[in-house]
Amino acid sequence: MNSIVLIPLLPLLSAAVLILSTGKMPRTVASLMGAGSIGLSALCVALLASSFLADGEIRELTLWTWMSIGDFSPRIAFYIDGLTIVMMSVITGIGFLIHLYSIEFMWDDESLCRYFAYMNLFVAAMLLLVMADNLLLLYLGWEGVGLCSYLLVGFWYRDPDNGAAARKAFIVTRIGDTAMALGLFLLLTELGTLDIQPLMVAANTQWQTGDTLPVLATALLLGGAVGKSAQLPLHTWLPDAMAGPTPVSALIHAATMVTAGVYLIARTYGLFLLAPATLEAVAWIGLATLLIAAFAALAQNDIKRILAYSTISQIGYMFLALGVGAFASGIFHLVTHAFFKALLFLAAGAVIHCLHHEHNIFRMGGLRSRLPVVFASFVIGSAALAALPFTSGFYSKDAILLAAWSLQDIGPWLWAGGLLGALLTGIYSFRLVFIVFFGEARTEPDRQPGWKMAGPLILLCVLSIVGGWIALPLAGVFPAAESHPVNHSVEWISIGVPLLGLLLAYLMFLGGQISVDKLLSAPMARRLVDFWFSGWRFDQLYDLLWVKPYKAIAHWWRNEPVDALYNGIVAASQWGHRRLLILQNGELRWYATIMVLGLVLLLAVMLRNAP
Amino acid sequence: MDGLMVPMEHVLVVAGLLFTCGLFGLMLRRNIIFMLMSLEVMLNSAALAFVTAGAHWAQADGQVMFMLILTVAAAEVAVGLGLVLQIQRRFKTLDMDRANRLRG
Repeated sequence: MNSIVLIPLLPLLSAAVLILSTGKMPRTVASLMGAGSIGLSALCVALLASSFLADGEIRELTLWTWMSIGDFSPRIAFYIDGLTIVMMSVITGIGFLIHLYSIEFMWDDESLCRYFAYMNLFVAAMLLLVMADNLLLLYLGWEGVGLCSYLLVGFWYRDPDNGAAARKAFIVTRIGDTAMALGLFLLLTELGTLDIQPLMVAANTQWQTGDTLPVLATALLLGGAVGKSAQLPLHTWLPDAMAGPTPVSALIHAATMVTAGVYLIARTYGLFLLAPATLEAVAWIGLATLLIAAFAALAQNDIKRILAYSTISQIGYMFLALGVGAFASGIFHLVTHAFFKALLFLAAGAVIHCLHHEHNIFRMGGLRSRLPVVFASFVIGSAALAALPFTSGFYSKDAILLAAWSLQDIGPWLWAGGLLGALLTGIYSFRLVFIVFFGEARTEPDRQPGWKMAGPLILLCVLSIVGGWIALPLAGVFPAAESHPVNHSVEWISIGVPLLGLLLAYLMFLGGQISVDKLLSAPMARRLVDFWFSGWRFDQLYDLLWVKPYKAIAHWWRNEPVDALYNGIVAASQWGHRRLLILQNGELRWYATIMVLGLVLLLAVMLRNAP
Repeated sequence: MDGLMVPMEHVLVVAGLLFTCGLFGLMLRRNIIFMLMSLEVMLNSAALAFVTAGAHWAQADGQVMFMLILTVAAAEVAVGLGLVLQIQRRFKTLDMDRANRLRG
């Protein structure tokens, strides 16, 4: 049981040591600690997973009572079932590869020590999030990863733009987190506990399916999930979060943290099953997000922003899966997405690293022969992202689309939307590949990725291909999905659509049979692409709706209008004081005269009133 | 009550006149010495009124009050002259209109 404690403790301790060393640690030691602690942690997870696979027993571990207030005494306790094992494996496994990669990527950075401190802290917080036995501890991890995301997005803090991006990420997710906190309060007051398993039992006994309370509670939880997972309408922070170092984008903004919302919904699926309305909303949010982000990805020219939008889009697929009740498929897609998106981000990082921090895909080109390992990684990653047959993404996305198809009433609509998204995914992912790696070279790479970068890339390539055949130990975690016999034509369509996307991308960006310039020559098309490029102008909309009014109010408030009343009183008394000051002229004779006058006056009054 | 009989009213009118003289002196004179002297005149006018009233009602209280006022006047002069000395030393003048440093 002790090894379970070590899993989050090792990264936490390493983070503490790295922070306390205040950056004075030699590079070698810092990177050894940073990557090594995650490696050891991953080893512990592997041991735990193998023993779990052997006996399939759910492990519960209580360390201590966190606090005790009245009837409410949340514990520091871990609950480890198949879902947790899957998440822990992803976090530590991919986390280790990304840490290893980071050693080379960040080697020249002056703040290597700080980087590894934040990264280790992030892994610890993320592990806490998935291992937590109660929602309060989960919330601690949830906020911890949010903090690390903020710190790492703004890692190169000397550029004010990065700071702005970090603040945006923090504030936008905080909106969702507030909703989630309210949801937790509601659950605690209504059901009296935050321990996840008792909570689900209590909810099932106290609430009927479709009641108002479960709908409200799950809607609030969904708010948190939407913020963290960058779904509509709180998705605007993720493209800007690409300001951080690329391995950070790979770990936090692709593989792990942004999927925390998916994990939250899957973890509390018992509540969501009681609220069909919320579940349907999850599906629609997922669909809308995946389409909007896919269109936006088509128009970007920053390599990382394309990947960011594709991440939003893929998490939309996961939400779609959760919304149609295919929880296991959602988690499956989470895992395969973690593989291939981490691969794509790391490959993009390698391109950026070898090309003097070049981000614009139109200034790349012809890298196929110059960076062969990166090219292979990108092709495999894009194939998996586009869900070409026999890659990992194919199996998971196919499962989601079939689950959507099988749903009553709205199912075919969701399926059609998902299919359109798959087509767009094929186009934008191979547009990226064709533009960056084919054609003529515009920037020459000045170095080749070393083994610390190439190794993780190759491993993730393997995982991106075979990841679809891994059987996740999710049996017993989720209710068994009813399997409907699906028409074979549906399956053929979902296989064919990504290939169609690939073909279209080839014709447009490599073969030249479809001229992009001609397509864009229509004024409407140009405007549409600009619209997509700006991410459907969500930023401008929010600027108009929230940021500007908020700033206006803040500006007005800065003059402290409430204080005007008290300042007025002060001004009035000062004015009176100045008027009365005339009497106090310091002249003795004047005082005496006034006294006499007063005396005469008093005397006159008394005499007048005398009987 | 033989001898010179002066009606009480006359004496009180004299006392009133004396008091008014002292009051106007206090209000109009600028020299602190004259102001103090005016005060003395006012005190004495009050004392005169007491004595007159005591004589009129054949009570000793009036004379007791006269003694008290005399004492008070002496004390007042002692303090007042000390102040005069200080004022002279600080302001090099006895004009009270110029010693108005307590102006607000």
